[in-house]
Amino acid sequence: MNVVQAVVPGARRRAAALSWRRLVRSPNLLIGCAVLVLVIGAAVFAGQIAPYNPIDEAFADQLKSPSWLHLFGTDEFGRDIFSRVLYGARIALGAGIVADGIAIVFGVFFGVVSGYFGGRVDAVIMRGVDVMLAFPYLLLAMIVVAILGPSLINAMIAIGVVYTPQFARLVRGAVLAIREQEFVEAARGLGGGAVRILGRHVLPNILSPIMVMTTLTVGFAIVETAGLSFLGLGASPPTPEWGSMLATGRSFMLTAPWIATFPGLAILVTVIGFNLVGDGLRDLLDPRLRGRGF
Amino acid sequence: MLKYIARRFVQLVPVLLGVSILVFVGIHLIPGDPAELMLGDKGTAEDLARLRHQLGLDQPIYIQYARFLAGAVQGDFGISIRTRQSAIWEIGQALPVTIQLSAAALLFAVVFGLAIGVFAARHPRSLADTGAMIGVLVGISMPVFWTGILLLLVFGGLLGWLPIGSLLDQGMAWHHVTGMPLVDGVFTGNWAVARSAAWHLVLPVVTLGLASMATIARMSRSTMLEVLGLDYVRTARAKGVVERRVVSRHALRNALLPVVTLVGLQLGLLLSGAVLTETIFALPGLGRLAITSILARDYPVVEGVVLIAAAIFVLANLLVDLLYAYLDPRIRYA
Amino acid sequence: MRHLIIRRLLPLMLAVAIVPVGLYSMGYAQAQTPKTLVIAIGADQTGLDPQTVENNESGFVMSTIFDSIVNYKPGSSDVGPGLAESWTISPDGKVYTFHIRHGVTFHDGTPMNARTVAQDVDRAINPSNPCYVLARKDVDTYDDFTFGTAKDGTVAKMDVLDDYTLRFTLPQPNAPFITSLAMIWQGIMSPAATKQYNCDAGQHPVGTGPFKFVEAVRNDHITLDANPAYWGGKPKVDRIIFQIVPESATRMLQLERNQAQILADVPPSDYSRVTGNKDLKLYTAPGLTILGVAMSNDLGPFKDVRVRQAMNYAVDKDAINKGLYGGATTASQGMPPVLWGYNKSVEPYPYDVAKAKQLLTEAGFASGFSTEMIVYANPRGYNPIGGAKLGEAVQGYLAKVGVNVKITQYEWGAYLDHYRHTPWEGFAISGWSGDNGDPDNFLGDLFEWDDVAGHQRTNDNSRHHDVAYDKLLVQGRQVTDQAKRADLYMQANKLLHDDAPWIFINHTNQVRATRANVTGFQLNPLQMFFHMEQVGLQ
Repeated sequence: MNVVQAVVPGARRRAAALSWRRLVRSPNLLIGCAVLVLVIGAAVFAGQIAPYNPIDEAFADQLKSPSWLHLFGTDEFGRDIFSRVLYGARIALGAGIVADGIAIVFGVFFGVVSGYFGGRVDAVIMRGVDVMLAFPYLLLAMIVVAILGPSLINAMIAIGVVYTPQFARLVRGAVLAIREQEFVEAARGLGGGAVRILGRHVLPNILSPIMVMTTLTVGFAIVETAGLSFLGLGASPPTPEWGSMLATGRSFMLTAPWIATFPGLAILVTVIGFNLVGDGLRDLLDPRLRGRGF
Repeated sequence: MLKYIARRFVQLVPVLLGVSILVFVGIHLIPGDPAELMLGDKGTAEDLARLRHQLGLDQPIYIQYARFLAGAVQGDFGISIRTRQSAIWEIGQALPVTIQLSAAALLFAVVFGLAIGVFAARHPRSLADTGAMIGVLVGISMPVFWTGILLLLVFGGLLGWLPIGSLLDQGMAWHHVTGMPLVDGVFTGNWAVARSAAWHLVLPVVTLGLASMATIARMSRSTMLEVLGLDYVRTARAKGVVERRVVSRHALRNALLPVVTLVGLQLGLLLSGAVLTETIFALPGLGRLAITSILARDYPVVEGVVLIAAAIFVLANLLVDLLYAYLDPRIRYA
Repeated sequence: MRHLIIRRLLPLMLAVAIVPVGLYSMGYAQAQTPKTLVIAIGADQTGLDPQTVENNESGFVMSTIFDSIVNYKPGSSDVGPGLAESWTISPDGKVYTFHIRHGVTFHDGTPMNARTVAQDVDRAINPSNPCYVLARKDVDTYDDFTFGTAKDGTVAKMDVLDDYTLRFTLPQPNAPFITSLAMIWQGIMSPAATKQYNCDAGQHPVGTGPFKFVEAVRNDHITLDANPAYWGGKPKVDRIIFQIVPESATRMLQLERNQAQILADVPPSDYSRVTGNKDLKLYTAPGLTILGVAMSNDLGPFKDVRVRQAMNYAVDKDAINKGLYGGATTASQGMPPVLWGYNKSVEPYPYDVAKAKQLLTEAGFASGFSTEMIVYANPRGYNPIGGAKLGEAVQGYLAKVGVNVKITQYEWGAYLDHYRHTPWEGFAISGWSGDNGDPDNFLGDLFEWDDVAGHQRTNDNSRHHDVAYDKLLVQGRQVTDQAKRADLYMQANKLLHDDAPWIFINHTNQVRATRANVTGFQLNPLQMFFHMEQVGLQ
């Protein structure tokens, strides 16, 4: 049994055993999980919790500030913002998953291939990444939407495409750093095939930067769609999408600030939840932290 | 090393070529052409045909591309369809404004981001750490226009401490050297202009830099944590080296590596992402020019903006990679 | 390392925290010494040669620099003296003779008389003029709209009878000619400037107006100085600065802090903020616009006029206009009430769900139907809240009568492409801003079918076709007597109302906001900044 194989599985076993204790002792994970449960709960139970129909218009009730009747106030159509925020949670989570999903899948693929194999492959992929990164994200999004057609899903895909190069770059950087490290050298020396090494040694070690990036970009993905919504590249009305609610709220910032504030807070809370969980998980899974003893 | 740098410069060519093709094809794919947008709601079919012909839009696309490329290699991107001024001139007016804004925002982001990230890493998993991270997260996940308008409302509107939008006070003229009012004011000794420019910069820099600051804070915390747990750091501690030295001498340098990569990325994001900030604070920069041109399908300007932004981005990243090699002796470029 | 960082940052943070208010207001006070009027606009001009641009922002600036042969009277779309003191029209409506004002010079010293005016107009009508506008690359111009084109043989003929008499002879009587001449797009540029700058003085405009061009910093501001020798009276302020501020919240804050004195554009969501502030004043005037939801008159259920009328009954337009548009006038016909030729006896369709359902049943759609709507997101001059919002509102009402509308949102350029060049079926947000204050500009452009050529006029995107209506419009162009024309247009409006090619929504108000100490400011239906010499600061 070689050195590497002795260390790694043992560490994993220890990590699993300690994780419950860690969960409870890490404020990051606790708070993060609590927040995410809230958000997912809102998405799942919107139908039950929401006091009003999110798309019913009633001009008589327009622009009311928050009150017991309308917890988050109403928008210019008289729609209850609290209900719209609840239903919007579904779309927000969807946006985060779709956009980040695409970015992770393609970004990790290109980043790992580029970083691990180096040479020509690396050069070509990184030039492609440079090209995409230098592009104004809006133009890129518009091109994607132009090709795929205007719809919410396509806007999410467009954002995924915009984020892919960032992930690729980050992953490549992490792979580069790890590639030179000893245990990988050792594994290679012992005759491990590329895929095996990638899967067993490299991938788990790049989880950390990926997780940080993912949790960061989930929130951005939701906010980016607000930018796209201004131009007609986001959700079509009357979808209660947080991003387009922000777009509307922008015109009312001075006169009815609650229209933008509450979807903004919802995004804020969701991003915080994802990030805290991501942080907590990263702290748990990172092998190099294990030695600190707690 | 020199061979590496030379090789990277050579690599600029295929990148820029790739960018030029992608932007050219891409913008032609988007429905609506400049002639249509100029006429808007009005105009007859004859007007449309005439404009299209005059703009050369009825030619096959590869001829249009060839024409564009021939001009581009000489630094001439053609005439802006919207304003009928040279595209490179339009870009030249806008670029310094964005560079001034982005550079200042990057500085703000790096200084504050590192400070917060390092602090959080030194007290991991404490409530202070969580608090700092939440504070930083609040900064980034607030939509830019929300932060921007809020800052404007409070500091410009209610308190009156800072001016509301624009580069300089109304009616203030300045002698253009670089096109950046702050720099030019200092160069020409015009302190009124420099001061006005500085005050006008504060809010946009904070608004724009907040997201980058948070990203850098989080990344530096993350890498700092990893590094602080590494063997050689434990060794240094065991040897009795003062904690502060542990951090600054041994840990920071290595923790900085991924952050350096991030800075390279951020520059690109700042350049193209300054759109909302420039819109809210009425700064005549490249982001706004890019948006206006894309919406008006001003092909020459869009192509010019994208190419120049790409060139800047690639050069900046070359610098970043060199910095990376300097910081990490293990990385050697052949 | 941490201590170092804090040590360096602390003084910086303290300095920022103790910022004295005085520094800023000191710099600000200095800019106030000459009487300067700052007007905040949302986008930059794209050139200041009146014959070669067509967008609003360029128009705003040009309306302070140029006069036309005739001008609109202050606050109105009626035509009055401009560079011509008086004029006569021949009985057959084809010959217009203008008597040019004496003693006026362009800002560059060139004398203004019939000859120099003719030199400038020549580039609009004479194909062999080296600066012929229609031959210029990529220029959008109103020249053919006003003067006709040589190619079609519709162009006006121009004669200089003497130093102060100018005559135009039209091939056909064209009553809108005089109102088109007053547009800012026919402002008179100094021919010396046109010559000096190689046919394009757009970056160095020289006119006869109350203000002279000083400088334009791209996307930032345009500075104009007063022309004390202006024939219409000495301007009351020394300088005008058009400041470009794209975000409406930023413009509002600037107005509140007196960094700007006039806002060219106030969205309905901000009305309450202006009216609730005693330092500010809101100006409202009926706009020369129309807004509606166009229906595909030749496709789908909308072929039946009863369906189209049902749609008009189904939507509560008063609620939409009050709730979303800050009190815009509900529309009942093809043009706004401020325009002569409006038929006052025609009322808007009332909100009547029962009647809508009844009509639908008569037409065979008792259980409703499904259809599509295309919208754009951004605001337009005739639609300050954007197409998507209107679409949402209408969708809600239509659902109540069983019409299910699926909305597809496009970016503006993509929308135009779709709306104007594809045979779309269903609904599309549509609208129009008047160019010259003539009814034909609305009723003809938007709803006329060219029976001679066999297709709709370019902007009749709802593909509305009614032969009786078309006849009335052709007649309206041939008659010169305004009273007779008004009668024809009133008849046309009645036909249009009954035929209901659109869901007529509203005529949005023109709204601007100023500081309370701004005097003499008036709105005018063409939305331009005419007669700024009368505006002062107390």
